[in-house]
Amino acid sequence: MNVIWFVILITGIVVAAFTGRIEAVTQGVLIGSKDAVMVSIGLVSIIAFWLGIMRIAENAGLVQGLAKLIKPLAHWLYPSIPADHPVMGSLVANMSANILGLGNAATPLGLKAMRELQYLNADSTVASDAMCTLLALNTASLTVIPATMIGLRMEFHSRSPAEIVGATIVATLVATSVAIFLDRIYRKRAARTFGGRA
Amino acid sequence: MGVVSSLSAWAMPVTLALILVIGVARKVPIYDSFIDGAKDGFSTAISLIPQLIAMMVAVSVFRSSGALQLLVSALSPILHLLHFPAELLPLALLRPLSGSGSLAIVTDIFKHHGPDSFLGRAASIMQGSTDTTLYVLTVYFGSVGIRNARYSVKVGLISDFVSVAASLIAVHLMFT
Repeated sequence: MNVIWFVILITGIVVAAFTGRIEAVTQGVLIGSKDAVMVSIGLVSIIAFWLGIMRIAENAGLVQGLAKLIKPLAHWLYPSIPADHPVMGSLVANMSANILGLGNAATPLGLKAMRELQYLNADSTVASDAMCTLLALNTASLTVIPATMIGLRMEFHSRSPAEIVGATIVATLVATSVAIFLDRIYRKRAARTFGGRA
Repeated sequence: MGVVSSLSAWAMPVTLALILVIGVARKVPIYDSFIDGAKDGFSTAISLIPQLIAMMVAVSVFRSSGALQLLVSALSPILHLLHFPAELLPLALLRPLSGSGSLAIVTDIFKHHGPDSFLGRAASIMQGSTDTTLYVLTVYFGSVGIRNARYSVKVGLISDFVSVAASLIAVHLMFT
């Protein structure tokens, strides 16, 4: 993060100096920081609304409800974990929180699953098969409602802020399927060469 | 494509209705739960400010200095062959690294091209359809002291690449 920030800013300043537009830097700083505050304040509306609705979903036990539905899928995704092992509960709960878009709930559940998977792990510095699958699912992050993007589009006066929802769902489904597919391919390949890891 | 457009129109209302109905059926005090959850919205959005200032200042200086224009015109010929808009390259590169950084670029694109332009729509879908892969990997593996992530980084980055490609194809098919 340090490097990226430095490179972007310094490149901007150096280019401005060489093209005789040095005053553009000051301008850029002022506009950038003002926009950041405006955007964050603007996003309060949709984020607050969505977190409110999501709290209802949490209190209604939707995470546990969905977890029951996707349990069969979890056995297929995590063949190295015994069906009745307690870690399955955390893995499934993390998956359902992700699908529901409960980012705040998904991360602690995912980290809990990581701790429990570590107990089953043969070598505690090397990721196990199940850990790689958990990460594949979490980095692809299946989303149903991209609430922040809808809010940001609204702030910039989009004629139809929600028109991107369908395409976002399709894109995220494609990317998640690819992630699951690749995870299985690499896992099988590793099993052939190293005998596999729990 | 009609199906995907109606998905856009119906996803939010249907999700809302479902959550409310299930909440009432399970005897959840829905109004109090809503207020309780929404309270966190303020702090969540406000806590974005420091990262967003850092990244938006960087992106804004990068654009106003003319550096962005230089980069875009330097890369356009190559990216044109791949049908990839050069303006979206910084977003695609920063997306797996930094959530606030990519949000800053999306904001910048909205500001200069509008959210309903081709670039604006593609940026919305790219930002919404994946997560900050390298950050997630660091947090998850870091929390239990895993040093060898095996093929996880590869899988995460390839699926990011797929979601960028899928976003562009989706915008082409749906909106042009």
